[in-house]
Amino acid sequence: MELTEPQIQRYSRQIILSEVGGKGQIKLSKAKVLLIGAGGLGSPAGLYLAAAGVGTIGLVDGDVVDLSNLQRQILHSTATVGMPKVESGRKTLTAINPEITVNAYHQLVDADNILPLFKEYDMVLDGSDNFSTRFLVNDACFFAKKTLISASMFRFEGQLTTIKPHAGYPCYRCLYPEPPPAGLVPNCQEAGVLGALAGTMGILQASEAIKEILGIGETMADRLLIYDALEMKFRKVRRPKDPACRLCGPAPTITNLNSDYTVTCTI
Amino acid sequence: MIKVRIPTPLRPLTKGQGEVEAQAKSIADMIETLNGSYPGIKDRLCDETGELRRFVNMYVNEEDIRFLKGKETSLKDGDEVSIVPAIAGG
Repeated sequence: MELTEPQIQRYSRQIILSEVGGKGQIKLSKAKVLLIGAGGLGSPAGLYLAAAGVGTIGLVDGDVVDLSNLQRQILHSTATVGMPKVESGRKTLTAINPEITVNAYHQLVDADNILPLFKEYDMVLDGSDNFSTRFLVNDACFFAKKTLISASMFRFEGQLTTIKPHAGYPCYRCLYPEPPPAGLVPNCQEAGVLGALAGTMGILQASEAIKEILGIGETMADRLLIYDALEMKFRKVRRPKDPACRLCGPAPTITNLNSDYTVTCTI
Repeated sequence: MIKVRIPTPLRPLTKGQGEVEAQAKSIADMIETLNGSYPGIKDRLCDETGELRRFVNMYVNEEDIRFLKGKETSLKDGDEVSIVPAIAGG
């Protein structure tokens, strides 16, 4: 595969980076990345991955665009209110970069459809808005051996980590063994979130995804990043593998996707 | 004195403060001390049996206490404890 003249021009500012180069650009164009959620995190992440020339981007989301989404979900616009988010998102990404393929899946992921969906991709970005989906995505990535870039946010605070137990690193359950019970903390709609925080976290996800595709820099696979927007503080803590992990430990009790992944919006 | 980083969801209990100080020799000790100053915080961190909730992590400096000595992890002057609950917003 060779880059065309317009491609060299389009990506010139990153091709001149020695860490990227023409070879890196080709790696990006061959990469297939699935975004779980075309919302607050998926929007900025998708925009930067598309602009960088990631060749295939999948968007999976069951929602339609609502006016209350536009404060942070910058894939969408006033004109696309009422449209499935994945269609609105595909329009935006294709307008920025018509060279890439954008696949739209207007559905929720569940234990039955997630593994077939993952077959078409080599990396997953989790930007979902509930714990059930996050545990399902983690478990499915583990079984399918896909690298997962996970970010989440709450009010003014964001977290980010890279998950690749297939490369010897911990999984999401090593970090948080169990989701909180329903009703303990306010749900997504009640909690509120700073729009620009979604931008920060989604773009960090895109940056980590590009690093993993190119194999450059330091991986976040053994670290958790915590960002406090109010105090303007970034902290990193160590994230070890849990020898008692029910999924990726030596004596796993989760061996398929038959656990209970009831979807709630409660954290 | 140790510094304790309070995550956003627990700040209503600390009058909005993102960082508080405590005098404590261990994590268990710190939780009791915090609960004295900010009543109700213990219930948010620990379950009915007094064990730390499985979706709330605590780090002494950069290390997760689950991989140290859990609640018995000792603290010394100048340590920074971060309370980091799982969050799911996207």
